[in-house]
Amino acid sequence: MLGNLIRDRGRPGRRGYTLPKLDVQKTDLEKVLPEGSLRREKPGLAEVDEPTVLRHYTNLSRENWGIDTNFYPLGSCTMKHNPRANEAAAAAPGFAGLHPSQPATQVQGALKVMHELQGFLAEISGLPAVSLQPMAGAQGELTSILMIKRYFEDGGDGERTTVLVPSTAHGTNPATASMAGFDSEEIGLDERGCVDVAELREKVDGTTAALMITNPNTCGVYERNIAEIADVLHEAGAFLYMDGANMNANVGRVRPADAGVDVMHFNLHKTFSTPHGGGGPGSGAIACSAVLAPFRPDPVVEKDRDGYALVRPGKTIGRVAGFHGNFGVILKAWNYIKMHGPELKENTDLAVLNANYVRARLKGTYRIPYEGPCKHEVVVQPPKGKKALDIAKGLIDHGFHPPTVYFPLVVKEAMLIEPTETESKETLDDFVGAMLELAEMGPEELEEAPTNAPTRRLDEARAARKLKARW
Amino acid sequence: MARFTPHTEADIREMLDAIGAGSVDDLFADVSPKLEGELDLPPALSEYEALEDVRRLAGENVAGLPIFLGAGAYDRITPSAVGAITSRGEFLTSYTPYQPEISQGTLHTIFEFQSVISELTGLPFSNASVYDGANAVAEAALMTARQTKRDPKVAVSKGLNPRYREVIETYGVEIVELSYNNGTTDFSSVPDDVSGVFVQSPNYFGIVEDVRAASEVARGAGALAVAVCDPISLAVLEAPGNLGADVAVGETQPMGMPLLFGGPYAGYMATRQGLVRQLPGRICGETTDREGKLAYVLTLRAREQDIRRARANSNICTNQALTALAATVYASLMGPEGLREVAELSTSKAHYLAGRLQEAGFDLRYPDAPFLWEFAVEMPDVGRVDEALLEAGIVGGLDLGDGAMLVAVTEKRKKEELDRFVEVVKDAG
Repeated sequence: MLGNLIRDRGRPGRRGYTLPKLDVQKTDLEKVLPEGSLRREKPGLAEVDEPTVLRHYTNLSRENWGIDTNFYPLGSCTMKHNPRANEAAAAAPGFAGLHPSQPATQVQGALKVMHELQGFLAEISGLPAVSLQPMAGAQGELTSILMIKRYFEDGGDGERTTVLVPSTAHGTNPATASMAGFDSEEIGLDERGCVDVAELREKVDGTTAALMITNPNTCGVYERNIAEIADVLHEAGAFLYMDGANMNANVGRVRPADAGVDVMHFNLHKTFSTPHGGGGPGSGAIACSAVLAPFRPDPVVEKDRDGYALVRPGKTIGRVAGFHGNFGVILKAWNYIKMHGPELKENTDLAVLNANYVRARLKGTYRIPYEGPCKHEVVVQPPKGKKALDIAKGLIDHGFHPPTVYFPLVVKEAMLIEPTETESKETLDDFVGAMLELAEMGPEELEEAPTNAPTRRLDEARAARKLKARW
Repeated sequence: MARFTPHTEADIREMLDAIGAGSVDDLFADVSPKLEGELDLPPALSEYEALEDVRRLAGENVAGLPIFLGAGAYDRITPSAVGAITSRGEFLTSYTPYQPEISQGTLHTIFEFQSVISELTGLPFSNASVYDGANAVAEAALMTARQTKRDPKVAVSKGLNPRYREVIETYGVEIVELSYNNGTTDFSSVPDDVSGVFVQSPNYFGIVEDVRAASEVARGAGALAVAVCDPISLAVLEAPGNLGADVAVGETQPMGMPLLFGGPYAGYMATRQGLVRQLPGRICGETTDREGKLAYVLTLRAREQDIRRARANSNICTNQALTALAATVYASLMGPEGLREVAELSTSKAHYLAGRLQEAGFDLRYPDAPFLWEFAVEMPDVGRVDEALLEAGIVGGLDLGDGAMLVAVTEKRKKEELDRFVEVVKDAG
């Protein structure tokens, strides 16, 4: 029987690709390289033909669920339909074949795309300065917090050692604070699931550098006191950073700058629907106030009489990417925004409508910890005695990708459902139907799920105990 | 506008009724301050109109010409089968494999990616990839500090790609400069308080460095040795793991990723036994399901931000799954012999070009140093030469800014292109 890895499907001597023939004199590697630098044993890669490669990876793809195959309401991840026009844009030879070190005069089209997207994101956020360098949301967070750090260093303020993080925050927020060299301190919630402003007032002082807020937060609740929160921070000389993971609830409805946000990141792959690719690549573009603009990473795109140019901001934190960020993702997000224009707001509205519809339909059977309306996602809890994990695995048997489970951490047995705007009422009705059916099932039956997925539940402990991470 | 939403008026009305709301506006009643009016964005375009703009702007770039730029991104041949796989919706439109039962495709390919990286580097553990080569280098710098429990401080030379060095510095790591003579790094003066010693081979100038010497010096200083390697070069050069490196990192762009103006690419990170828990990012491991069937799952998760929050190894959340998949498919198609052939073709063509330039009176900057497919050649006015090359339909090498051009030659370049390059340079230089 064939093994399941590509290497098991080959035989020494097989080849999957034919290269052009050498058309100059051959250079003997042994003659030009120092002794001992040449490889003695060839790497143990697969030796397979092209048909075998296609069949292997095509069959593997069929063990994967994506938005194209299934409803994918993964909370905080905005798994909306990925328009294929974006793929066509990134495949245009005039972009795909562009080397990142070509001089500005040769890449004016690419720089114009970046410049326009900077402008679009400034308009959507209300923040005047943008950087497209960060290559994922987490890197956008880090970039923002490093900019704040550099701002205080630049002003000679060495007392700012703490970054405040609400208990609803994504794990990346405290991890980012640590990585940037700050202590992180947690802020609790009020009864509505929002940042506890009284606690915030107590904790903000001259050592506070910033608060990292997500709005709407990871409970799907809009932080209604955000303007007051911004005031508290600004009075103490600190910044309000916004994690933009949930921008799909804001675009066209609220501009973070109007609420007092100083710097934020976008997840271009979420809000502007560039494919998630199985966990990347993404793009974590940031937008900031004029005060923080000089600290943006190198480079940004500016326009002058001669055209577009890559420019190093005056007090930059430096580079966060080898080149200019994930340009392919930038290009797709730019194309997506151009296909929507101001009507992006309609997407926001329908995303919020869909989430509230699911919320209304589940209410009564599932527990809903926070009063509505929710924004683009809703957090629910299974009926007492049922586990979120079991319901999630049960959903797989109904053909639905599970929501995010056990997050946010502040809600026990949390199931965070984000339907997005590209799903129809019929799909949501089917999903709700499955959720209601699962809520009625006995724990023993539920514990068996999934039974008709490519695998049954996995022994995750074994993977760590007997670590095998390669062939 | 191009619409991707299915809602009819009737749908919206029925849904609002179920919610008990009078209008969509009511769902935003708790939002303030609200945006008054609409966003000032250009009017929405249909897909066709938007793609017309794409083509128009693509036409404002210089693309489709033979490229002699390298310096971290290479114009290599990508087999058509790579795109056929990476464009499959099941891979393209999925996310992080949190639900392994329905993500075996992604997990299995990550496991194969890790295996490919382990084979190339000669190191037993690889992660699922990070953002790009520069970030792999910077994450390795932080990793050396975690492991040695020293302040983050690394020894590097001019041979390390300056873009990588800049990202290291952004992440708050101190740099100790090693001297760089005649094309190779002098590792004899590494201070004993550094957390890591970095050696890029082939280095920024294309020169093959002594990874073993760097590793021995690192060991003597109680630091970790980090090798930065182009994965294609590892088809012909000794694996860094066999030369004593503790960590190997690099850029996988040459393995099946389009240049695409700098990204998305993917960085790889591999390490030896004993250091796996210091790796940042995702790691995929083998296990079984409850019926004993072999399967794959994300593992050693206790290093990661969503579990460990402020005490995580890194804030990194995703990997670059899709570009890592491209590298995996590329490696499968090429195999060890194909990969070796890519390296040999590139090396032969680069040496042919370097020889012809020398015949034409140009000096190599490091004439005695061993190189594969990239080299620096002395030229008083690189800007003028690059302009002349462009007029002749060639994208020339990188202006190093100090009277030399960094030239990269891949398997894609034909003899006639190399000859034309020499003719133009001879006239202009």
